[in-house]
Amino acid sequence: MAKDDHTAYAYLRTTKKFPNIWCAGCGIGIVMGALIRAIDRIGLDKDEVAVVSGIGCSGRMPVYLDFNTMHTTHGRALAFATGLKLAQPNLKVIVVMGDGDALAIGGNHFIHAARRNIDLTAIIINNLIYGMTGGQYSPTTPLDMRASTAPYGHVEPPFPICELSIAAGATFVARSTVYHAVELDRLIEKAIRKVGFSVVEAVSYCHTTYGRLNRMGSSVEMMRMLKENSISLAAAENLKPEERATKIIRGVLHEVEKPDYLTLYQKVIEHAKAAVDGKEFLRAGPGGLE
Amino acid sequence: MVVRLMQGNEAVGWGAIAAGCRFYAGYPITPSTEIAEMLARELPKLGGIFIQMEDEIASLAACIGASVGGMKAMTATSGPGFSLMQEHIGYAAMAEIPCVIVNVQRLGPSTGQPTSPSQGDIMQARWGTHGDHPIIVLYPTSVPEAFDLTVTAFNMAEKYRTPVILLMDEVVAHMRERFETPPSEAIRVIDRMGTSVPPEWYKPFGDTVGDVPPMPSFGSGYRYHITGLYHDLMGYPTQRLDEINPWIERVHRKISAHLEDILLYREENTEDAKVVIVAYGITARSARHAMKIARQHRHRVGLVTLYTIWPFPEEVILRVGRTARRVVVPEMNLGQLALEVERVVGRHKVVRVNRADGTMIAPQMILDAIEGR
Amino acid sequence: MKGKEQSKRFEIRLAGEGGQGMILAGVILAEAAAIYEGKYVVQTQSYGPEARGGASKAEVVISDEPIDYPEVLSADVLVAMSQEACDRYASNLKKEGLLIVDVDKVKRVPLTTAVKIPITRAAIEASGKAITANVVALGVLVGLIGVVSREAIEKAILARAPKGSEEMNCKALARGFAEAEALLAVKQKAQKGLAIGTWDTG
Repeated sequence: MAKDDHTAYAYLRTTKKFPNIWCAGCGIGIVMGALIRAIDRIGLDKDEVAVVSGIGCSGRMPVYLDFNTMHTTHGRALAFATGLKLAQPNLKVIVVMGDGDALAIGGNHFIHAARRNIDLTAIIINNLIYGMTGGQYSPTTPLDMRASTAPYGHVEPPFPICELSIAAGATFVARSTVYHAVELDRLIEKAIRKVGFSVVEAVSYCHTTYGRLNRMGSSVEMMRMLKENSISLAAAENLKPEERATKIIRGVLHEVEKPDYLTLYQKVIEHAKAAVDGKEFLRAGPGGLE
Repeated sequence: MVVRLMQGNEAVGWGAIAAGCRFYAGYPITPSTEIAEMLARELPKLGGIFIQMEDEIASLAACIGASVGGMKAMTATSGPGFSLMQEHIGYAAMAEIPCVIVNVQRLGPSTGQPTSPSQGDIMQARWGTHGDHPIIVLYPTSVPEAFDLTVTAFNMAEKYRTPVILLMDEVVAHMRERFETPPSEAIRVIDRMGTSVPPEWYKPFGDTVGDVPPMPSFGSGYRYHITGLYHDLMGYPTQRLDEINPWIERVHRKISAHLEDILLYREENTEDAKVVIVAYGITARSARHAMKIARQHRHRVGLVTLYTIWPFPEEVILRVGRTARRVVVPEMNLGQLALEVERVVGRHKVVRVNRADGTMIAPQMILDAIEGR
Repeated sequence: MKGKEQSKRFEIRLAGEGGQGMILAGVILAEAAAIYEGKYVVQTQSYGPEARGGASKAEVVISDEPIDYPEVLSADVLVAMSQEACDRYASNLKKEGLLIVDVDKVKRVPLTTAVKIPITRAAIEASGKAITANVVALGVLVGLIGVVSREAIEKAILARAPKGSEEMNCKALARGFAEAEALLAVKQKAQKGLAIGTWDTG
């Protein structure tokens, strides 16, 4: 791991006042490390990377990263990233979100970014709860579990992030956990390389709120649960459907080839330019129809 | 010079293009939709981007993202959509991102009357987003002014790194008027200040270059952090009072110290006026009609048309209000900007003329107020 | 509310049902005045929420100097293409104002001086299409009061006409002019008989 630590330092903002704000034992730092390793392996220049986040614990990640970084509003990171990507198509735009951020307040932006197939990489850190505000239930909180706003047990079924992404039109969908750090950076690397809307669900945990409310123990014990409750896609093939349903399945769950939004929008520009036939602004502008 | 008949909404689109806007994100809503339709047709011809987002929240977010990417960006909406945009108007103010938001007002609250005119969003344009923040709000009274003030809105947004709101009346948005195409050299376009310092010296929210720090775009080699949190000179979140307070002072000062540039208004016959009408938007044209008739009847009536309604032009109103016996404030709402006029000249002098039923204020209503009926 | 300003404004209201092309007629008239005659013009409109049908109204204010209040204060001319439009707006006409109605659509006419023409029927006869009724109406309007020149309105119509429809629209416009001329001939004979005698037929 010493080598990886060294890699990470080159991508961190050393002038930012560390330590970070996350609880000791949190999985978000592992995702940040995986993201850095993926970018390093692709060999991207720091100037050509933008990291955009929403609100919540995950939203604080960009400030530590020495890229073009934007900490936006709750749920809207993808909408900001859409504008940024369209204005600067050469930027690799990576969007880091939490489960509540991406799927509750940002759910509409999420499905529409996937449908449009904007060339963005969405990393959703799924800790099953709103951590920063103190453990309220999120759209991925499992049935019967406790949250500060579900003191008697949760009665809403959760969103399956990857299945939702596939249905909405994402071109690349993968899942791993913060226990599987190396696998996670490989998946993030593939997602960044993929042209189109790609989603990586990084299953994490929140021992501070969710773990405490549901008596799941320390971060170490929650990390162990991720290890024991997850299974690779290949290994899952051998399981019965009811066994599969209880497992976190890891790997590339979906990958298709289709043109991204900007590629298609180039055609709009070509058609429009053909229509105007190379006229100057003012000829095409007010009065230009005369 | 080419003369044509042009609709107000169309003029906003052409104004945006003339100002260098090459990015539009929006969501369809009456009575602003012609702006989107026009730019969907025209922007791609110039290599620009038009995108219809999933809602108004996303629309302004995309504009801010595009602006960070170096493009001049605009969105247009009406009351219900403007309500949704408030969150990101605050973000743009906090992060100092230039962008233009057009609100073609309709009768509210709620769905109200989509095709009826209203001036009901005066206070929302100033205070709609939470927290104290600087803002500039411009207000045209005609189709040619819709063009000019859209250009001005972009210029002010770029110059002061701030969101600028263009408020319009449905009447102006949908009316068609004679429009004389200005020659392109007559259109003054201001671009945001860039920087040439080495990237490691660059402070995205620094105060070394006046009150408006230069803003290179993402991807240009200057990597920095943008957040809606209170931040230090580098853009990093801070809770230190010695970093927060200078920021608050600077972003308000960058507007308040440039009022002579920002406040646009027109005074007519105010020198000898015993009654001064203070009006904006389409109502100012009713007021001018009323003033002319009153003058024919030897009433000493003047008119101040406000093209910048926020920041509120206190000094002007104070000056004209000092000599006037009465200040008439006609508005297509139940009295919003009148509150500001009353604050400046005193309640006893102000006569409000209001209606909020989706109908224009006819000159006769203002004449009645002038004559004290 | 009378004054010099009033006399310089000329206010026209075109009203009917959605789909009759009243708003387009207003736009064309305004373009004729603004582009081809160099006048100040404001054209406004109102319509219901329906995409088709419902009441529809266009207003055109024409002046030699900048126009302040953009809507009709009291109309110099009302063209009513439906009973509802006539009922609703006739009372707003100036005392000496001109009311033009499509006599097949407007049965109850409040003014004895109204100009009654079977506008839609004339359109069908002239061009074969009822949708040119708005062009016939413009022909009648311009033929009677010359608020813009015949050349200007023709140019404005042709600039707006979809390709292939130019001939049809020209026929409709000519029919409108003819209807106006017939009326003016009657008026000249009667000398004082018709109230439209106060209009400048320029």
